[in-house]
Amino acid sequence: MASNNKTLRSPLAHARGLGSAKYGTEHWWHQRLSALALVPLTVWFVFGVIGHLGAGHAAFVAWMKSPFSAVMMILTAAVTFHHAQAGMQVVVEDYVHVEWQKLALIIAIKFLSFALAAACVLAVVKIFIGA
Amino acid sequence: MANGSGRPLSPHLQIYKFQWTMALSITHRIMGVGLAVGTLLLTWWLVAAAVGPDAFARAQGFIGSFFGMLLMFGWSIALYYHLCNGIRHLIWDTGKSLELPDAERGAKIVIVATAVLTVLTWIVGLAVW
Repeated sequence: MASNNKTLRSPLAHARGLGSAKYGTEHWWHQRLSALALVPLTVWFVFGVIGHLGAGHAAFVAWMKSPFSAVMMILTAAVTFHHAQAGMQVVVEDYVHVEWQKLALIIAIKFLSFALAAACVLAVVKIFIGA
Repeated sequence: MANGSGRPLSPHLQIYKFQWTMALSITHRIMGVGLAVGTLLLTWWLVAAAVGPDAFARAQGFIGSFFGMLLMFGWSIALYYHLCNGIRHLIWDTGKSLELPDAERGAKIVIVATAVLTVLTWIVGLAVW
């Protein structure tokens, strides 16, 4: 911004229009909330992956036919992608300083994350209902 | 230094003395980005299982290949590191353990926990594979 010491706008009015006082707190809170949720989900996921290393298709399907496992896998995928896109947004905001590039990257990351999350959820649902 | 606002600019990275806590900080971010890339494999794994036995066998085959195992090893380190250091961050968010000795002790705990959990996981994993 081109700062002008003789401006009539108060410092608060400046700050309100310039990036802080937007969605920062909410973004921060969602990052922490998803992080907290991912602690037990990750532990479950690691045990699940170890239990199905090199497993055949039937064993994997049987695993995802259990309502508990299916719910945990859907939660793991959904919260992971939510956490990942929130984190990647911060990384982009920190290192990309050309406005259109920053915006384009953030949009691409969010669209890709939500698309992959939807694919993961649909995959688990499809196996669960046996379609 | 000018940054367009006439206000002072904070010093650049090379002016600071190296501290382990800063290395852990940037590592947390790098591991996080790596894990975000890893979600592609997670998606492939789940979608392949939904598509059918052949597609799932291909995905399992890739994971079991040398390159796949290498990726899994890297991701297991990244996952445990980001998990342990993430818990360290959550503790900081409560306002605790922010003093330098606590932060440095936390750093050591994170490194040791990551190493132990990764090695343990691969011992168990390779035993049941």
